[in-house]
Amino acid sequence: MRVVLAEDLFLLRDGLARTLTEHGFEVAAAVDNGPELLRALRESAPDVAVVDIRLPPTHTDEGLQAALTARRERPALPVLVLSQYVEQLYAQELLADGRGAVGYLLKDRVTRTTQFVDAVRTVAAGGTVMDPQVIARLMARSTARGTTADLTPRELDVLRLMAEGRSNAAITAALHIGESAVAKHTAAIFAKLRIDHTPDTNRRVLAVLAYLKR
Amino acid sequence: MTMRPQSVRLRAALLALGRCHLASWRALGTSLRGLAAGGALTLLPVGLGLPLLPPAARLLRRGADRERALLARWTGSAPAAPEPLPAGVVALLGAPGFRRELAWSWLAPFTGCLLVAVPPTLVGYGLSGAFVQPFLWRLLGPGNWYAFVPVDSTVNALAAALLGLGFAAAGLWLSPPVLARYAAWTARLLDGPAQARLERRIDQLTDSRAVVLDAQAAELRRIERDLHDGAQARLVALGLNLDRAEQLLDEDPATARRLLGEVRATSERALQELRDLVHGVLPPVLADRGLPDAVRSLALDSFLDVEVTADLPGRLPAPVEAAAYFAVAELLANAGKHSGGGRVDVELRCTDGLLRAVVRDDGRGGADPGRGSGLTGVRRRLAALDGTLALDSPPGGPTTAILELPCASSSPKTSSSSATASPAP
Repeated sequence: MRVVLAEDLFLLRDGLARTLTEHGFEVAAAVDNGPELLRALRESAPDVAVVDIRLPPTHTDEGLQAALTARRERPALPVLVLSQYVEQLYAQELLADGRGAVGYLLKDRVTRTTQFVDAVRTVAAGGTVMDPQVIARLMARSTARGTTADLTPRELDVLRLMAEGRSNAAITAALHIGESAVAKHTAAIFAKLRIDHTPDTNRRVLAVLAYLKR
Repeated sequence: MTMRPQSVRLRAALLALGRCHLASWRALGTSLRGLAAGGALTLLPVGLGLPLLPPAARLLRRGADRERALLARWTGSAPAAPEPLPAGVVALLGAPGFRRELAWSWLAPFTGCLLVAVPPTLVGYGLSGAFVQPFLWRLLGPGNWYAFVPVDSTVNALAAALLGLGFAAAGLWLSPPVLARYAAWTARLLDGPAQARLERRIDQLTDSRAVVLDAQAAELRRIERDLHDGAQARLVALGLNLDRAEQLLDEDPATARRLLGEVRATSERALQELRDLVHGVLPPVLADRGLPDAVRSLALDSFLDVEVTADLPGRLPAPVEAAAYFAVAELLANAGKHSGGGRVDVELRCTDGLLRAVVRDDGRGGADPGRGSGLTGVRRRLAALDGTLALDSPPGGPTTAILELPCASSSPKTSSSSATASPAP
């Protein structure tokens, strides 16, 4: 699997490239600024891009802008965005086209290598991965607005993990409950929130996120 | 929304009409004071004026002070008070403040009759046409005219009534612009010499500079303390745990593993603290995108339905963006905590070098403008940039907060009284 990597700090770029290579990825290009990232995304046709939001030359959201531009040119180009901060606005912009194949994670998460590599694979496969902090804030907002008031605490846990982009198997492992219990909870959640139930994990994440955004 | 623009405009026009009425009566009094001072002046050559002039000047000063106070209430900014009246007659003749007040009082008949008296007269005459003529024209007999209408039949009386209503409406419609013209004109006549304005401005700047320096020092202390107690301490703990883990690696791998787990947790907490710290200094989205997107980001995090409309020419100076951002953040937080409403409209506009942010909620109102240290801090920060925050929160709502900041932070904003600067005497 070919990956384009954009990160301006040498140490981190180097570390990420090594991690990805160790896990069987081929690093097609590793760049350290916005214009080069856009060129690499256009020319090396990667399977997935791992992009730091803040890049030179402007040191603003250059990386995000390049990723969004590339996704307009090649819809659903898988992009995993890394940032020192979670910013709801940026999460919304990544999700806005409704096509999935996006990820938005805090940079800290790369220190948990297996989870990070799983996230890259999920995004490359067209899935959606949202940082627990993004989801925690969405959930807090939904609680305050009362839009998830009908759910039990356990169902809220499952909803949170679904929104983060976890599959049923991952939710089973995270909550230490059986697969059938997870299936029961998800069915209950979809019924209570009146969202169309879909067995497809990718579409399920987008549906849940759309609900939480209301 | 419970705000009805028409009724608001009507209330403003009625208020302006009342003030025009008051101002025209006051002009009469001012003219008399001017007459007294003028009389004292003409009597100076024969000596009689010497004892008369100082009390006449004091009488005039009292009227001018009252006028300045009224202008402050009506327009929000008062002309600078002139220097105190000197005791001696010769000094009095040379005092610029006294001369300005003389000019003001002598012009009062014109400003009073030709300007502020017009709307109340129109309304009064209009109301008599509309409500008196239709009932009295029979009693008044032949030769009774209303304006250019001979009122001698029901049809003509009706025409007179319509004409009267027209006059009254015109008077009402004229009131606000006439009052504004009168206020600008009077402020110009009464404003102190340039020296006094500059001194007032210097006082303001000295105060706001002290406030800014204090706030800055406090902010630096807070950041220092947060770093010292937070991330720095955690990094030390992290180093210690790593060291112990290293020692235990061979003999007690299980404990070493637990320690490494703690190291990871500590490093994550340190990162989170650094993130919060940076966000409090300057939110990244504000640095990246500017004010409108930063406020949209606040809206996404708010529990309320927040609608943001922005019309800005581009990026504003960084201090203006930051001050406006933190002000809107505080107002949104207050709306969430206290208003009891469900919806907030935020409007950002930049016209004539002035950034205007309006935050309006549909809550229950009754907010106390003095309440909350948050708003006090916001006001201080705005004041340092010559900005203001006005809160309108009648019981029953809605609450409207209007924040104004000069967009070009390097050029000082002049208050409206000194903006219409008079030529130096």
